[in-house]
Amino acid sequence: MSIDMSQFHQVFFEECFEGLEAMEAGLLNLNIDDIDPEVINTIFRGAHSIKGGSGTFGFNNVADFTHIMETLLDEMRDGRRQVTQIAINILLGSVDCLREMISSIQNEEEVDESRVAQHTADLDNELNGLAESTPPPSHKANVETIITETSELVSNTSEASDTNEETGWKIAFCPYLDLLKTGNDPVRMFRELSELGELTSLANIQDVASLFEMDPEECNISWDLKVMGDIPLDEIEEIFNWVEGDCELDIQPIATKPAKKTAPPISEVAPEDEPEEAIETLAKEASQPTQPEIIVEQPEISKEIEPIAKPPTTATKEPNKKIQLDSDQSKLIVQVASSIRVDTSKIDALINMVGEVVITQSMLGLVGENFTMDKVDQLKKGLAQLERHTRDLQQSVMNVRMLPISFVFSRFPRLVHDISSKLGKKIELKLVGENTEIDKSVVELINDPLVHLIRNSLDHGIEMPANRIAAGKPETGTIELKAYHRGGHIVIEIIDDGHGMDRNKLIAKAVEKGIIDDTTVLTDKQAYELIFLPGFSTAEKLTDISGRGVGMDVVRRNIEALGGNIEISSELGHGTTIAIHLPLTLAILDGQSVAVGDETYIVPLVSIIESINITEKMLNKVAGKGETFRLRNQYIPIIRMHKIFNVQPSTKSKMGEGVIVVAEGQGVLCGLFVDDLLGQQQVVIKSLEANYRRVDGVSGATILGDGSVALILDVPGLVRFSNR
Amino acid sequence: MNKNVTQEFEKKDNDHDRFSNKIDNAGQYLSFTLGKEEYGVDILRVQEIRSWEPVSRIPNVPPYEKGVVNLRGSIVPIIDLRERFKLKSADYTLLTVVVVLQIGDIKKTRTMGVVVDSVSDVITVDKAQIQSAPDFGTKISNEFINGLVSVNERMVMLLDVDKLLKLEELDQTEISVF
Amino acid sequence: MASILAVDDSASMRKMVTFTLKSAGYDVEEAVDGVDALEKAQSKQFDCIITDVNMPNKDGITLIKDLRAIANYKFTPMLTLTTESGMEKKMEGKAAGATGWIVKPFDPDQLLKTLKKVLG
Repeated sequence: MSIDMSQFHQVFFEECFEGLEAMEAGLLNLNIDDIDPEVINTIFRGAHSIKGGSGTFGFNNVADFTHIMETLLDEMRDGRRQVTQIAINILLGSVDCLREMISSIQNEEEVDESRVAQHTADLDNELNGLAESTPPPSHKANVETIITETSELVSNTSEASDTNEETGWKIAFCPYLDLLKTGNDPVRMFRELSELGELTSLANIQDVASLFEMDPEECNISWDLKVMGDIPLDEIEEIFNWVEGDCELDIQPIATKPAKKTAPPISEVAPEDEPEEAIETLAKEASQPTQPEIIVEQPEISKEIEPIAKPPTTATKEPNKKIQLDSDQSKLIVQVASSIRVDTSKIDALINMVGEVVITQSMLGLVGENFTMDKVDQLKKGLAQLERHTRDLQQSVMNVRMLPISFVFSRFPRLVHDISSKLGKKIELKLVGENTEIDKSVVELINDPLVHLIRNSLDHGIEMPANRIAAGKPETGTIELKAYHRGGHIVIEIIDDGHGMDRNKLIAKAVEKGIIDDTTVLTDKQAYELIFLPGFSTAEKLTDISGRGVGMDVVRRNIEALGGNIEISSELGHGTTIAIHLPLTLAILDGQSVAVGDETYIVPLVSIIESINITEKMLNKVAGKGETFRLRNQYIPIIRMHKIFNVQPSTKSKMGEGVIVVAEGQGVLCGLFVDDLLGQQQVVIKSLEANYRRVDGVSGATILGDGSVALILDVPGLVRFSNR
Repeated sequence: MNKNVTQEFEKKDNDHDRFSNKIDNAGQYLSFTLGKEEYGVDILRVQEIRSWEPVSRIPNVPPYEKGVVNLRGSIVPIIDLRERFKLKSADYTLLTVVVVLQIGDIKKTRTMGVVVDSVSDVITVDKAQIQSAPDFGTKISNEFINGLVSVNERMVMLLDVDKLLKLEELDQTEISVF
Repeated sequence: MASILAVDDSASMRKMVTFTLKSAGYDVEEAVDGVDALEKAQSKQFDCIITDVNMPNKDGITLIKDLRAIANYKFTPMLTLTTESGMEKKMEGKAAGATGWIVKPFDPDQLLKTLKKVLG
């Protein structure tokens, strides 16, 4: 049978990445002073499963690599090896390496062999460190002994089969009473034997008790078997492989053709035809009563030998390579899963909903078939029901896409571990609300901004241990990563207890960079917001931790692209809190429909501050800079939608007749001048780019109740666009 | 399981046919008219034919990109071929037809609608009959034309739909602001 | 056709085993760990159990022990999926009452061949 194994690859890859994450989390959780065996076991299991799968699916390089990890972990698990921080770091490095290997395989790219070789060497060094320091036979030595042993055995067998032209085997098979209780069945074994050659069996039933005393669950028959034919010994042994230890077994070659005699004892037949051979056989029988045991074990040993022998060979390639943590370890590989796992209860809910919809639909069908006016009430009732079910169904489908935010959070302990040790800071990461659910697409896109923000906190927020002690704070700093739901949104907070932000420093910096002039009066909040401006960096010097050229402005833009916003609060000397508000899903948004000419546009409700009417008199025209109006104490630029979108204006082109929708985008307020407000509704977001392309000032499209298409406005995009 | 594999192969073959630019020995084309001229598109690229319906305008795009419509839940752009070819534009009537085409390659397909005057026929074209397009002085640039074929004394221009609706080109099109 | 319960915490291995067995005409059910398997084995009689050894919640060895204690599974063939380095595990499995083992990595043909050993 040929089965296309590649159909299982995708599942296998996903499983690997999950396993690697579990291993990583386990390794980070290990406290070397107080080892939790269950944690070690979890890490071991990760390596073990990846090894098993990769071997089966033909990724031998992965299997070889994980084999070394597994061996190391196995020794730790059995307590044969001390768990050290160095070993943990090596294993963490290997996890990264493995992740890259699997990613490369998945993307059909070249595996970075040199990196693999380096990590292999690291692992081997760690593994062999044990061999030198402890009494049990070294890994290498072990292998050598096995090699010699096996080669002897192998040569024995080959010799036996070469010199003897035996044409059959004589097997004395005496099962112990409990053999049947392992599920093995002599009858099935005999059937297999008979497939190898002509089988004659003679049962000894002298031990069988009388019918009344007999225990049918015990096996008290023994057999003398003969199987004739040119059969390799290992094929016979394989059949009895599973009952080793559950029986007495003696397998001897029959040296001659039995001619026409039925089942003659060897000693009788042998002298007639080939005396020398027979004597040899007899001698063997006499001098090696334990031989069957050795023979039976042999296939095991030869199977063992290959994988054990491999690690040392790879190890010799770069034996003196120093153990080191890669500097790029903080570079997390983000695996965007292309499929999701869904809780069965969610699927069940979905199926229930569909059932309800089908029932309602058939009910409506009946009403419609012979419709008379007196059925109007029934029809209305059915439609109301359909509406309710559709809403529920939509809810359930949305639920399927929800993932716990732990998918993102779980990467951060590693990040914090690596960076804090690099910076020489002591930092504890607290994760709160990891089970808060969020749409899969948001999960995928929120990772990078969070990484950036946490790096910032690690680098600029938390002080060096000495400084902390001097400031009367605990030596270990804390970063709390917290997720919770609040009114249709998910809030993610990054709270550190570092030194906070100094508003005067921020303002001084902004003045120095010419971003603001020194007469500008800013509130605390506005001062903190300065860090979101392009080209603003508060660190005295750029470090490789957070200063990678990607600024906070990019972070904010990414979050706003997700339909969210970001806020900062800080207290000098006590720490900073960054809060990100995100929509639960990217598939649906609450929108305000607005009319411009004949067109309908949707403004995301989240960006709307208020809607007001103003008159032409309230406008300030700034030469060359468009129009603004004063709202409370702020001047807000006006974007005339019909102008910017080139729409034939309706009669309401005069300021007093239309409506100003005050909206916020990227921290900037603007007034969108539209003809009219139409209504608020939830809209399903459709991609314009799937068949078309990105359009400036538009974030997507939706389908209205009448089937027509309405564009969803991208407020930050409009602000940028209008400034051009 | 072998069956699955075969099906997979068949599917690939189909995709290949669909997207190969070469014209097989005999190919079928859907012909339609723009003014007095007749054009043909590879019938394998035609998804459906619809009547014209009002579109939602897209701001600041070339005038031949009429807008987008809802095609069973997908947002699909509509292109006016007369305007694309710089022919005299015609009024849209109830008889105006939109041909929905699949463009792109195996990796990524897109759906687009093109507005034409009317659909005339399905023609079977022998590869040998196809002549390369000379610069025959129509207003249409040669880049969209795969070849010419003569059917019942009529000349039909075979369009290269991928070039016709190339998105990279769309992306580069200058956008007039205000 | 014989019914088989395939137990493995790894979805890819489980799928592979199930797919192979189903293509060979066996009736297959899956369980994700020992606990799940024990539950399923009690609600339906299987003719053979194939189980991974190292699994969370309940490992394969314990599963076999538990199953052997049930009258209906006293003589049912039970095979462990084990790695080549797991000689101890093989013996441990046998001590718990496993019929035999299939050594990982294996290909579909090996799996079917081995299964033939225990299924009539």
